[in-house]
Amino acid sequence: MTETLLYLIQQLINGLTIGSTYALIAIGYTMVYGIIGMINFAHGEIYMIGSYVTFIVIAGLLGMGMVSLPIILIIALVVAVFIASTYGWTVERVAYRPLRGSNRLIPLISAIGMSIFLQNYVVLAQGSRDVALPPQITGGWTFGDPAVFEVSFSYMQALIWGATFVTMTALTLFISRSRMGRACRACSEDLGMTNLLGIDTNRTIALTFIIGAALAAVAGLLLGLYYGVVNPFVGFIAGLKAFTAAVLGGIGSIPGAVLGGLVLGVTEALTSAYFPSEYKDVVSFGLLVLILLFRPSGLLGKPEVEKV
Amino acid sequence: MQNSKFLSALFAAGITFVLACLMIGVKLDTEGTELAVTGATAEQWTWIGLGIGLVFLSQLFSNQIDAFFGKLPKPKLGGLLPEEKKRAALKPWLLAALIVGMLVWPFMVSRGAVDLATLTLIYIMLGLGLNIVVGLAGLLDLGFVAFYAVGAYTYALLSMYFGLSFWMCLPISAGLAALFGFLLGFPVLRLRGDYLAIVTLGFGEIIRILLNNWTELTNGPSGISGIPKPTLFGLEFTRRAKEEGAQTFHDFMGISYSSSYKVIFLYLIAVLLVIFVIYLINRLMRMPIGRAWEALREDEIACRSLGLNRTTIKLSAFTLGASTAGFAGSFFAARQGFISPESFIFIESAIILAIVVLGGMGSQIGVILAAIVMTILPELAREFAEYRMLLFGLLMVVMMRWRPEGLVPMKRPHLELKS
Repeated sequence: MTETLLYLIQQLINGLTIGSTYALIAIGYTMVYGIIGMINFAHGEIYMIGSYVTFIVIAGLLGMGMVSLPIILIIALVVAVFIASTYGWTVERVAYRPLRGSNRLIPLISAIGMSIFLQNYVVLAQGSRDVALPPQITGGWTFGDPAVFEVSFSYMQALIWGATFVTMTALTLFISRSRMGRACRACSEDLGMTNLLGIDTNRTIALTFIIGAALAAVAGLLLGLYYGVVNPFVGFIAGLKAFTAAVLGGIGSIPGAVLGGLVLGVTEALTSAYFPSEYKDVVSFGLLVLILLFRPSGLLGKPEVEKV
Repeated sequence: MQNSKFLSALFAAGITFVLACLMIGVKLDTEGTELAVTGATAEQWTWIGLGIGLVFLSQLFSNQIDAFFGKLPKPKLGGLLPEEKKRAALKPWLLAALIVGMLVWPFMVSRGAVDLATLTLIYIMLGLGLNIVVGLAGLLDLGFVAFYAVGAYTYALLSMYFGLSFWMCLPISAGLAALFGFLLGFPVLRLRGDYLAIVTLGFGEIIRILLNNWTELTNGPSGISGIPKPTLFGLEFTRRAKEEGAQTFHDFMGISYSSSYKVIFLYLIAVLLVIFVIYLINRLMRMPIGRAWEALREDEIACRSLGLNRTTIKLSAFTLGASTAGFAGSFFAARQGFISPESFIFIESAIILAIVVLGGMGSQIGVILAAIVMTILPELAREFAEYRMLLFGLLMVVMMRWRPEGLVPMKRPHLELKS
């Protein structure tokens, strides 16, 4: 195999790794949008909080002298998902529920306020500097000719792929099989009608925020471990990227969000491989504008029809 | 009933505990190369406990609290104002007094106060510009700072490379910002409101990244310094004229040099710009296009059924808002003398949005008052500077929940039939 091809394969692996975490965050956007037709602006901050909680738990457990890495990771996952879900629920309760039924702009602005609030809350509580965690999972597989170019696939990347796959499968099963998942789908079809049929829509909407937050926390854990640093401002850009992914795939559609996340991740990896890496954000936002221009309903979305 | 109230209060207190315990209760620290977790001090835990207690009690007695606030008489501000007819007669006099006051005032106070007033005027200009987009046309623009940056960099670059003067660059900046607004608005204004919010947010980031990385043109993160100050018909406000043969202001007037002339001059330019912007927007609001903005905000489908072209209407609002920001931007560059991409981050957009929201979307007086409050309060409460953004965020949520129409709600000029 030639060097160019191996290099391309390496970039694809990196891109799919980042892309799968974008997909996890994007699902939160897409589910909330599917049900109440609004963007959850504070979603990126939830992801950031998930990352912070992961770091706190891992550092705490290591400090207490625990050595078994799988157990530490599982505890960190459970705690991060729990805390982030609580934040997600609170955001819905404070910034969305009291404003349901008012002008569209109003909940949007209150959510932006919430996002600014959460970001600065973490700045005040944890400081605004980068917090670095030494890599916990090291090593990996390599293949290719060492003399030409060696493609590496680290265990951490494998963990991200695996965790994303498991989470996606669990979510798909939950949405398609369980009673609550059916309620979620019913709500996104017609909120008013679902309410008339005796389903507690308030609870279903809260549940959607909780699921989105839990997935964001998983992404926060994985990306936090992958990059090894976190600061209070990572949520802003990650939220923007994930939203781009959700729109790319067609907002409101869960498979769309996954596809959009992967496409965006690969696009970014390829951009930073062949162009100066500072411009990768420019390319991904440019992609968002292009998608909205030529296919506003996204890759897998259904065109929206406005009714009176 | 009392029992379920108690349970829900307990639940809320529990949630507050979960929210606070890992974020405020512990702190991540780097000790050497290791990451360590330290618990909060007893004082911080006391505060957390107080917060939890507060949430618990306010949930437990929420009915009583609501009833109490419901009973409070609402202050009737309307009664303080004179009658409609008298007000109409009084208005031009009041306006004239206000303008004269604004022109005379800087000669009597300290330099710092004038400088702060100039900054406030910049924010008023930005607030008024965003008010057209968000308040009147109902388009949520989260990247407003991008147009501000375009205006500032236009002046800085044109004066650096071509030596153009401030007065020449002012309309060019506004025009270029408007062009950017047009180019961005054209594809995205067909979209629903929330898409627009994200696209403008992304656009703001793109502009900032470009300014940061296009080092050959913009000098990158280190910014552009030595931007010339505006001149009065060619008279400079420096101690000595830069070029041979040019005259300075104090030479021309035959007075001794003082650096505060420059500050006051900048302030007066800002006042003139703000008056110009207010006048322009006031006229536009009464024109068919201004009415169309508001109609579109209220009901897009009805507007389209009545044959209004929504793209043109939205685009005009967007472009006009952008050009106001360009105006403010080039003035900002002239005032600072130094600009860097650091001045044009998302937080600035958020502050301008908070000004519009706090003042009352669409209401010009409200926006002006809010801009004054938002720039002067942080100066007065410097020891709380780190809480500034936190409070801005909180303020936006609180305002949307209890007073979405803002402090001074917008009023359309209207006629009433009296029976």
